[in-house]
Amino acid sequence: MARSVGGTRSPVPVVVTSLAVAVLCLLPLGVVVAASIDVGWDAARTLLWRPRVAELLRNTTALVVLTVTATTLLGLSTAWLVERTALPGARVWRVLMVCPLAVPAFVNSYAWVTVRPDLEGLRGAVLVTTLSYFPFVFLPVSAALRSLDPTVEETARSLGLGPWRAFLRAVLPQLRHATLGGMLLVSLHLLAEFGVLAMLRFPTFTTAILEQFQVAFSDSAGSLLALVLMGLCLGLLTADQLLRGTSRQARVGRGAARRPVRAALGRWKAPALALMGGLTAAALGVPVASLARWLAAGDPTFDGRTWLVTVGSTIGLALVAGLLTVVAAFPVAWLISRRRSWLSILTERATYVASSLPGVVVALALVTLTIRYARPVYQTSIVLVAAYAILFIPRAMVSIRASMAHAPEELTQAARALGAGPVRTFARVLLPLTLPGALAGFAMVFIAVSTELTATLILAPTGVRTLATAFWSASESIDYAGAAPYAAALILVSTPVTYLLLHRSDEEPDL
Amino acid sequence: MTTLLVRGVRATYGRTEVLHGIDLVVPSGSTTAILGPSGCGKTTLLRVVTGFQPPTAGSVVLDDETVAGDGAWTPPERRRIGYVAQEGNLFPHLSIAANVAFGLPRAERKDTDRVAELLGLLGLDPGLMGRRPDQLSGGQQQRVAIARALAPRPRLVVLDEPFSSLDTGLRAATREAVAEALHHEGVTVVLVTHDQAEALSFADQVAIMHEGRLSQVGSPVQVYGAPADRRSAEFLGEAQFVSGIVRGDRVECALGELALDGRAPEGSVDVLVRPEQLRLVKAPGGRRAEVVSTTYFGHDALVTLDLVDSDGHPGLRLTARVNGLEAWAAGTPVSVDVVGPVRAFVDGQAGTVPSPG
Repeated sequence: MARSVGGTRSPVPVVVTSLAVAVLCLLPLGVVVAASIDVGWDAARTLLWRPRVAELLRNTTALVVLTVTATTLLGLSTAWLVERTALPGARVWRVLMVCPLAVPAFVNSYAWVTVRPDLEGLRGAVLVTTLSYFPFVFLPVSAALRSLDPTVEETARSLGLGPWRAFLRAVLPQLRHATLGGMLLVSLHLLAEFGVLAMLRFPTFTTAILEQFQVAFSDSAGSLLALVLMGLCLGLLTADQLLRGTSRQARVGRGAARRPVRAALGRWKAPALALMGGLTAAALGVPVASLARWLAAGDPTFDGRTWLVTVGSTIGLALVAGLLTVVAAFPVAWLISRRRSWLSILTERATYVASSLPGVVVALALVTLTIRYARPVYQTSIVLVAAYAILFIPRAMVSIRASMAHAPEELTQAARALGAGPVRTFARVLLPLTLPGALAGFAMVFIAVSTELTATLILAPTGVRTLATAFWSASESIDYAGAAPYAAALILVSTPVTYLLLHRSDEEPDL
Repeated sequence: MTTLLVRGVRATYGRTEVLHGIDLVVPSGSTTAILGPSGCGKTTLLRVVTGFQPPTAGSVVLDDETVAGDGAWTPPERRRIGYVAQEGNLFPHLSIAANVAFGLPRAERKDTDRVAELLGLLGLDPGLMGRRPDQLSGGQQQRVAIARALAPRPRLVVLDEPFSSLDTGLRAATREAVAEALHHEGVTVVLVTHDQAEALSFADQVAIMHEGRLSQVGSPVQVYGAPADRRSAEFLGEAQFVSGIVRGDRVECALGELALDGRAPEGSVDVLVRPEQLRLVKAPGGRRAEVVSTTYFGHDALVTLDLVDSDGHPGLRLTARVNGLEAWAAGTPVSVDVVGPVRAFVDGQAGTVPSPG
């Protein structure tokens, strides 16, 4: 099985791991579909054709359309200002534009609610999610702008186009893939978002599914909502693929790497600085300031030992899930980048689809599955770690696959020719070269697990508290001072994400 | 008539000045090659002419209109200069037809006749119009880039090392097709290159650039045959120097008493002898020499030889270019003649500069 074009057999452990990963990733999809089929057509009709479902669909659509539009405009304009204009302090602004990713969105919404308690509904939801998610557009677009050959712009100028029209006709079309990638990422995060929307009382499919779960555990209404949500996610993936279409954007020629000429801002300098400053104040200043305020106010009931235990259990879960995910992702990444076979294509697609599924869908599917077929592991950390692995394996894969490029097949062949067996080749050539990528992947998963809220709320065994769930229960009971130490720890854990994303060698956005 | 006039242009790259006062006249309809080693500032000069960079001093005049310097500034899009970069830089998101029509007014962009005509002119199949840039070979991409630059009928076309990214076989064919197309359009051309064969074969005027200055401007025959200084002579082709002493219009050196090309001051000089100026014969007559080795190229060959003095001891080592059909085995005794007059240099400068005495 799994023969490559060259006919060399892939190692058995690699094949087994890849198969397991593919099955694990497709599991939630299958469970949700199966549970929905169990409901039956007539019951499904009555459950879905309700004003409530129509409202959820309206809300979800409005949120996605408005926030994606806002993040795209912000991401494109800030990336252009940072990469292509004489904006003072461009290097500092580039870091500041990525920093909001270090503040989990639900912590951001907590900060905004404590400042503006009247912030609710669509208005508040669009504001907070835009501030939290615009870096997802900024990052790929600014990377694309940096890799674009400046002579393309110059050629357009020499053909009679002014600076603005040259940007519109020659540069902007080339940012299409990067922008689409960012937009997809924002939409998927919005479909999966629970914390922000629950806090701002703006019901969408995700919040409704969780509510339903808390009321009725695992029932047909919840499964059907999950099916609709999953349909929306897969629809987005398909739309993205169609929009990218056949228009290939392979780079033409090697291109002389020359630094682009930055446009002078002239009288636009002050408005540009105001935009960057205002954005930083809203996306970073507000959370930091309000957190500082609540920390200073202090919480008389604060229990340092409980806090430490929570930090400990969060780190423990993140370590186990991170290690497991990287160990599972490594052979898969190797298989995908080195051997084209039906198995590698299947595994690649499976992780891609799973990565688009909201945490609530994956968690619900695992609940359904364990209740029916694996009662003993239900409500154990095993299921929670499995959910983390499904949700975050693509983050590890992106880094590891990029690092595979540093260890080309020719190098491993050279090692084999010099007399090293497969194991020694792995230990002495492949592993050292891909280790930085694996470590970066581990860090990404570690951070994602430490700040995961939705799936943890559903799957955490009784008595196990993580930073995110502890923060959530405090802020849900409007104990803002009590939530502050947990919010601070969440931001501290997430900070390295900024560095990791800014220094990643490949430029494709991950999910 | 003059299309381009560059007067006293100085410019910087980053903070270092890389152009120290360039003067250049490009006559209408001519092709001028700016030839120099990499880092000599030729690309910066090109960027000043196209308007991607302002000069710090001096001026650029296009068809009697000052476009840079003397307080004037015309942005690149209003200079009507076609620009072709090293890699062609076709817009990867547009088809070949849309690339070529890019610089045309909106109403004319749909007119496929002009696009087809230009593609045909460059020896490309008009059937390529619907293709994407990455479906074309490097040579085809470069031709499309030139068609795109010609489409809006520019008054000047500048080419920045347009053939250097192509492999040798493709380079000559592409160069020929491009030269023909440019000639057909009657457009004035400035070509920047570090390849002396390309400059000599492509241009009617060659400007040699060294460290931000033009050391010599002239026809290919002039700059190759009468280089202004030793460095230009070395840069334009294989050059060997033999020390000699000038007496009147003749120079005495290891190769005998030779006729001088131009004037030179009396006294010691370096005499330039190009390999093709040496003629080898097996019969005795000229200076005695012995073949050391032969590097064979097919159409011709370079023969390394040592002059032999009257006692039979080997002396000065020289290289001669011979017809590829002749065979010269190592150890063959030969006699060497110098064809035509030779150039003499004093302290690296050509001896023809008027000097006292």
